[in-house]
Amino acid sequence: MTTTTLTDALPAHRKRGRFAMRAAVVALLLWVLVPLWLLAVNTFSSPDAVNGFPKSLVPEFDLGSLSFFAGFQGVSRALLNSAIVALLTMIMSIGLGAPAGYALSRFDFRGKESFRLLVLMTRAFPLPLLALPLAVMFIRVGLDDSLFGLALVHTTLALPFAVLITFSLFSGIPMELEEAAWTLGCTRIGAFHKVVWPLIRPGIAASAVFAFVISWNEVFAASVLTIQNRTLTAFLLQSLDVSPMPLKFAGGFVLVVPALIFIFLVRKYLFAMWGIANR
Amino acid sequence: MTKFRLTTGIVAAGLALCATSAQAQDLLFWSTQAKPVEETQRMRDDVLSGFDQPVDYQAADEGPWITRIQAETQAGSGSIALLGGLHGDFTSVEGGLVDLDTDLDSANVVPAYAELGKLGGDGQKYVPWMQATYMMAANKQALEFLPEGADLNELTYDQLIQWAGAMAEATGGPKFGLPAGPKGLKHRFFQGYLLPSYTGGVVRTFKSAEAEEAWNKLAELWQFTTPASTNYAFMQEPLLTGEVWVAFDHTARLAEAFNQKPDDFVAFPTPKGPKGRGYMPVIAGMAIPATAPDPEASAALIDYMLSPEAQIATLRATNFFPVVDVDLPDDMPPSVKAAGEVISYTSKSEDSITALLPMGLGDAGGKFNQVYVDMFERTILGGQPIRDALDDQANALDALMKETGAPCWAPDAPSDGPCPVE
Amino acid sequence: MLTPARIPYLLLLPATLFLCAFFLYPFVLVAIEAFTRDGTFTAQNFQTALGHWKFPAAMTNTLLLAAVVVPIQTALALLMAVLVTKMTSGRDMALYVFTIPLGISDLAAGIIWLAIFEQSGFLNSMLYHLGIIDQPGTWLGYQSKGVIFAAVVLAEVWRATAIMLVILVAGMGLIPKEYDEAAEVFGASPWKRFIRVTLPLLRPSLQTALILRVILAFEVFAVVAALGGTSLPVLMGETYHWQFALQDRGVAAAFAIVILAISIAATLVIMRALRVPKEARI
Repeated sequence: MTTTTLTDALPAHRKRGRFAMRAAVVALLLWVLVPLWLLAVNTFSSPDAVNGFPKSLVPEFDLGSLSFFAGFQGVSRALLNSAIVALLTMIMSIGLGAPAGYALSRFDFRGKESFRLLVLMTRAFPLPLLALPLAVMFIRVGLDDSLFGLALVHTTLALPFAVLITFSLFSGIPMELEEAAWTLGCTRIGAFHKVVWPLIRPGIAASAVFAFVISWNEVFAASVLTIQNRTLTAFLLQSLDVSPMPLKFAGGFVLVVPALIFIFLVRKYLFAMWGIANR
Repeated sequence: MTKFRLTTGIVAAGLALCATSAQAQDLLFWSTQAKPVEETQRMRDDVLSGFDQPVDYQAADEGPWITRIQAETQAGSGSIALLGGLHGDFTSVEGGLVDLDTDLDSANVVPAYAELGKLGGDGQKYVPWMQATYMMAANKQALEFLPEGADLNELTYDQLIQWAGAMAEATGGPKFGLPAGPKGLKHRFFQGYLLPSYTGGVVRTFKSAEAEEAWNKLAELWQFTTPASTNYAFMQEPLLTGEVWVAFDHTARLAEAFNQKPDDFVAFPTPKGPKGRGYMPVIAGMAIPATAPDPEASAALIDYMLSPEAQIATLRATNFFPVVDVDLPDDMPPSVKAAGEVISYTSKSEDSITALLPMGLGDAGGKFNQVYVDMFERTILGGQPIRDALDDQANALDALMKETGAPCWAPDAPSDGPCPVE
Repeated sequence: MLTPARIPYLLLLPATLFLCAFFLYPFVLVAIEAFTRDGTFTAQNFQTALGHWKFPAAMTNTLLLAAVVVPIQTALALLMAVLVTKMTSGRDMALYVFTIPLGISDLAAGIIWLAIFEQSGFLNSMLYHLGIIDQPGTWLGYQSKGVIFAAVVLAEVWRATAIMLVILVAGMGLIPKEYDEAAEVFGASPWKRFIRVTLPLLRPSLQTALILRVILAFEVFAVVAALGGTSLPVLMGETYHWQFALQDRGVAAAFAIVILAISIAATLVIMRALRVPKEARI
């Protein structure tokens, strides 16, 4: 209402700007959504349509392929396992990563660069090669085939994200803000809680999103380190690429949906308090 | 928000710990076979449900499969009860397998396959589980382009090339396909079919003039082969979509085409070359790792899997044929009937050259395959001169043979010492 | 006692201990395999890896892919982030849609994009419906490396731009709007304000986003394998191949160390180029 009247009052070039902006947003939305739509089309089509040509761009609402997964033994169990591992990964990577990110942004100390490099190395080294020594270690110490053990491995993958994202966000928050809070009688912890925490919440949310999707989508470690307690990805995805076409798409769809729901739930925390949110 | 997350976390952690302790210890069947989700499901529901203990059938990619076994072997304890895999899979984990004393004679296992299970040594490292082979499949639309006078069952490579050429000309695009993708079994086409058909050997004749001719023929055929072949793993999909009309592949990897559209496709034997028709069996086996929690239960599961009922159920589940003598019921799926006819035709024809799976190579089986795949990638895809690449790859093959000391296996004539590249 | 000098180390301790146990320990074991063969120290694994005929192609493709994909993603992520912050309505929804690909694994993304580009896929179907073609042609044939490359670029941009977007949006939220408003008062154009105000203030987040994205780009594999089969070798694919198909853990480890080395080199370059001087911080 106010926006429309404002837009009306704007000079012509401003209007054109608005229009260009909207067009860009729509184009980008389509860019993201169209491939997903096509995945849905194949998921909800009969095998004949999936194998046929030319393909229709509208699904037939055939639930055959999807219902196969509903009847697949152990799917619900695997779904729960995946959620548990993802949750543990989230908690551990933020719990370990945020303090480290804070330290990196607020203090100058010896070994700072080596620590950053160590964190990055974990991401730059192919996990499948690490799986063997890790699995041997886990079998020996009794962590093998436990969701907690798998979450530990996923945490190593998610930790670099948590450390670096919180680091860059803390760096963006003026030191003065915290110092002001101290002079007003807060303890360092109190200042953190009252002033800094609301600001870094988007960073924590972003780290959480990463931790969740990294854990959710990780196949290799999951299929080596869990046997009785398979995650959904290890359960479905590793054999998906050799499965018949219709099931390939339905399986992909089954895997994507929970991750989408999760991102939907945390999306509003991605905005910081004083930048965008109060605009 | 934090509090909420912490509580759920604690609950989750608790759940996770309970879950580990509460679950009953099923026998874990860790396999590289029956990976497509439907096959996995059928293995669980139709085959293993008949065993008197609960079995947890897990199909994994080769990577996780090997890594898990290596980890259990190194750690000295494990949870896998039974391994399932192809001949080639077992060669890479040989050290972690126990010698089996399954009574293969009374189970009526084909003796030649039982011998393969010794992996070139004395002990029975794996027991044959099921078998398959390769064949050709064609869309019936393709048949009208068959060269004059060609008999589908007695097709030669030259006729195949003509046929593929005629199809390409008539339809405006190549219609022949090979499983040449990263997960395709192209190396078996070279080792088991093309090369034996032209040279009568695999290793000894690797750089012979006949081998050069074989690769040249492949280059000719490749002109009429769809370039999307380098993405294919299973040929059943491109056949079903109509991208490909004629294809070579593993019987199990063609099965869906026959089962979904039985009236649209015909199966026929692989082509013949000057020396005859190369023929390669695919053997999957079962083995017990040294770290198996309950070896006796594992052995009992092997016995069960070799029973005629389980063998027939396995055939229905995976399109892999029994390795024991059984009479097949009449109500088999179309894919089994199609493959069965081709197999019996091929085994009766006199000019078959049986190429066995590589033996005695230890964990160098992958490198052995790579010699042939490299030949393909360098010459057919990369356009390098065939003769030069052949000499170069022959050196690699020779070095590999000397390093492993593997003696020749069929169809190459037996050798004392490592199989020579002549 | 908690002296200020000790605080940072105390904060880093848990993460460090964790990484030592679950990364450094297995990493050292694998690294040892890279430098030894049959128990003796040797550079032979590296010679085999670097001397393999596919190595130059794998290295070039990996670097080239990163060089093409990452800049596009950076630009696109910045554009998305700016658009989202400027939107007056529907912002939540737009941001959500933009971040959706985050939830899609690389394997699944490969499946989706193969469904588009394969011969009987959606691209050909669309062209057919529009009457542009009357016969589906092959897009991803092994000779059309350019097309495969472009398809991989599209799929990677689609899949992984969200990684940068989320980091940038979180960072952009921290920029006080007063800065932007002040610049506007002084008559700076939107573009100038973006270049002179937003970008410099966004540097910490941009640096993080770039580093993480580049490292992940060097490990690209699943999408390439799905779309390109064997015709577009990349370093990660070769690592897998040596480890699992060829069963040579030493050479595979050597490949992995090469990936690690180029990742660290790229990280150092980005850190230097986007250095955030202490005095320039807000």
